[in-house]
Amino acid sequence: MNNKFIRGAVGFAAVSAITLSGGMAFAKDAISIAVPSFLTGGAAGPFGIPAMNGAKMVADAINAGKLPAPYNTKGFGGASATIIPLDEGGGATKQVAEYRNLVEKRNVDAVVGYISSGNCQALAPVAEELKQFTIFATCGTPRIFEEAARKYVFRTMGHATADNVAAAMYVKEKYPNLKGYTGINQNYAWGQDSWRDFDLTLKQIMPGSSPSDKTQFPKIFAGQYGSEISAMSLDKAELIHTSFWGGDLEAFIFQGNARGLFKKKIGVFTVGGTAAYRLGKKLPNGLVLGARGPYGILVRDRDTALNNWFVSTYKNLYGTYPSGPAYQYGQAILATKIAYDKAGSDATNEQLADALRGATFESFSTTIEMKLGNGHQAITENGYGITEYDAENGENVVKDVKFYPASCVLPPEGQNSVDWIKGGMKGAKC
Amino acid sequence: MVGGSVVEAALTILLDGLQFSSYLFIVSAGLTIIFGVMKILNVAHGSFYAWGAYTAAFFIGKFSDMGLPDAMGFLIIIAAAIIVGVILGFIIEQGILKYMYHRDEVLIVLATFGLFLVLEDIILIAFGTDPYFAYQPMALLDAVEMGGIVRDVYGLTLIGVAALVAVGCWWLLNKTKWGTLLKAVIFDREVGIAMGINVPLVYTLTFIGGAILGGLGGAYIAPTISVAPGLGTEVIVLSFAVVVVGGMGSIAGAAIGSLIIGILRAIAVHELPQVELFVVFAVMAVVLVFRPEGLFAPAKPRKI
Repeated sequence: MNNKFIRGAVGFAAVSAITLSGGMAFAKDAISIAVPSFLTGGAAGPFGIPAMNGAKMVADAINAGKLPAPYNTKGFGGASATIIPLDEGGGATKQVAEYRNLVEKRNVDAVVGYISSGNCQALAPVAEELKQFTIFATCGTPRIFEEAARKYVFRTMGHATADNVAAAMYVKEKYPNLKGYTGINQNYAWGQDSWRDFDLTLKQIMPGSSPSDKTQFPKIFAGQYGSEISAMSLDKAELIHTSFWGGDLEAFIFQGNARGLFKKKIGVFTVGGTAAYRLGKKLPNGLVLGARGPYGILVRDRDTALNNWFVSTYKNLYGTYPSGPAYQYGQAILATKIAYDKAGSDATNEQLADALRGATFESFSTTIEMKLGNGHQAITENGYGITEYDAENGENVVKDVKFYPASCVLPPEGQNSVDWIKGGMKGAKC
Repeated sequence: MVGGSVVEAALTILLDGLQFSSYLFIVSAGLTIIFGVMKILNVAHGSFYAWGAYTAAFFIGKFSDMGLPDAMGFLIIIAAAIIVGVILGFIIEQGILKYMYHRDEVLIVLATFGLFLVLEDIILIAFGTDPYFAYQPMALLDAVEMGGIVRDVYGLTLIGVAALVAVGCWWLLNKTKWGTLLKAVIFDREVGIAMGINVPLVYTLTFIGGAILGGLGGAYIAPTISVAPGLGTEVIVLSFAVVVVGGMGSIAGAAIGSLIIGILRAIAVHELPQVELFVVFAVMAVVLVFRPEGLFAPAKPRKI
């Protein structure tokens, strides 16, 4: 190859780079979206992989302009997105380093994802510091938008308070004569917050029932629940609340089932939806099952163009029905499109944030209203149902599904969740 | 407490404690044997556990899909432990550790830690990220009522397995020629060599034996859990705690350490669940304050 050609090529590349980085004068035709999710560890199978599948499927469809209306325009503000998958494992410190790397070295345009509340909690201030447009997809802790005002960080699903307030309301409706309840939750922020909200709500709405003084808080990833199952079997409480997820959830179901625990007690599983398709016949009948909002098995039959597209495309691509995390990541990618469509593909982080702040949009399974946290935290309805094995079709279904509107299970803007529940959930519209 | 007398409650706590102790003992016995003989703190022990669990779960699932009787599961568990222990143990000892014995102990710990990370990633490549379920053996054994509550028989058999392992180790160490050789090497490696003991062979066999026990722990627990990536990590922490409490290198120590931790943990879960998380490490701290070498640390010869 002659030298002139090489020199020419280098010169052209340099000029283009200068124009692109310095000018940004014209709309981009490509953007990159980093999508962190658990690709290793116990949370990968039930959460991380379906979540990543959901994100990729929706991003591909958006790039090809194949989403149902009103989202059938091609691209993100016209730009085609490249998804950069990333492992969320390794703890918050590692994730903070990875996040800085993504923003400062790899110059991604948006970061969309995260399952663990611990990671979201650690990353929110970092995202603000770096002024990076970021959407949290699945993580649950209410603290992110209750403890500080955010400018660049969003969350497109309801937070954990909704899961547990809705669970308590469902319990009240289904088991009005409940005398006592207990719980088994992992001993960290997620498990403790979940139990706290469930317990506080029941105290408000079912004053005739009381919590056990021996609620269980095993270590996360403990995997062995023999003693806890014995203790709960001996407890006079008739109901067991759990926010277990991932491998812990499945191990607890196996071990509890082998010992007839769920025949004797009512099981309330706030994240049980992720196990519904995976466990098949091993999932006991009669569990109260949630999916952290209107997702997964709870909305499989919701007959809208967007949901039908989501369910059938996912089933075709991955051979199984989409669970909650697939929906949650899918709708976070959809929110990214909405922000880009409004602000343009060359929008700055500020412009993207302005575009999404306070928005209301139809997602695949529900309406998302960015109403809390000054327009950064979504509210959605939240629902529960009861598990039943459908022998004819060889799969689990949920019956008696009931949804509670967002305004019923989440505090109004400006109020802290715990204070709201303790104050008798004033302003709740159910 | 409803539905049971004090005796019933005590029986429940005892059985829960024994069951958890048995689990602790099976996973920590291999770790302590390897340390006792070879002075290696083997972080890769968690990988033996994970590989045992994966191998058992994989084949139990496969055999079940092929319509073979569920009872085969028990054979698979034993076979998985042996296969994992022999193959992984042999490769690691002969391929890597053999070249490191003259190095500093800290370096060897780092090497086994590196191995642990590599083996975890190989699990991801070999088995993928989706968890495996192998509940068939547990489902086969059904449940019984004891102390006013239902218990699964499979969990109770764990106590028997731990007892077998304990008795087997005791017999091997105290009643066989091999045991005498082992004890000589444990007491003083150099004198052992001088007396004509084939120490490299003793090391290889010990490492394989320890690896089989690690694999057995994982294989036996597999039917009760969701076999998912990362399950080896938790085991290392717990088994280290047990081994430190019992005295590093002592099998009797591992047994007693497991019993103390297991039973105290069961009492905590039943009576004061808030402190459950803390029990394992509280026991460890208290023991170390009074006996920094652990409860049953083997005597060390004084070298001049």
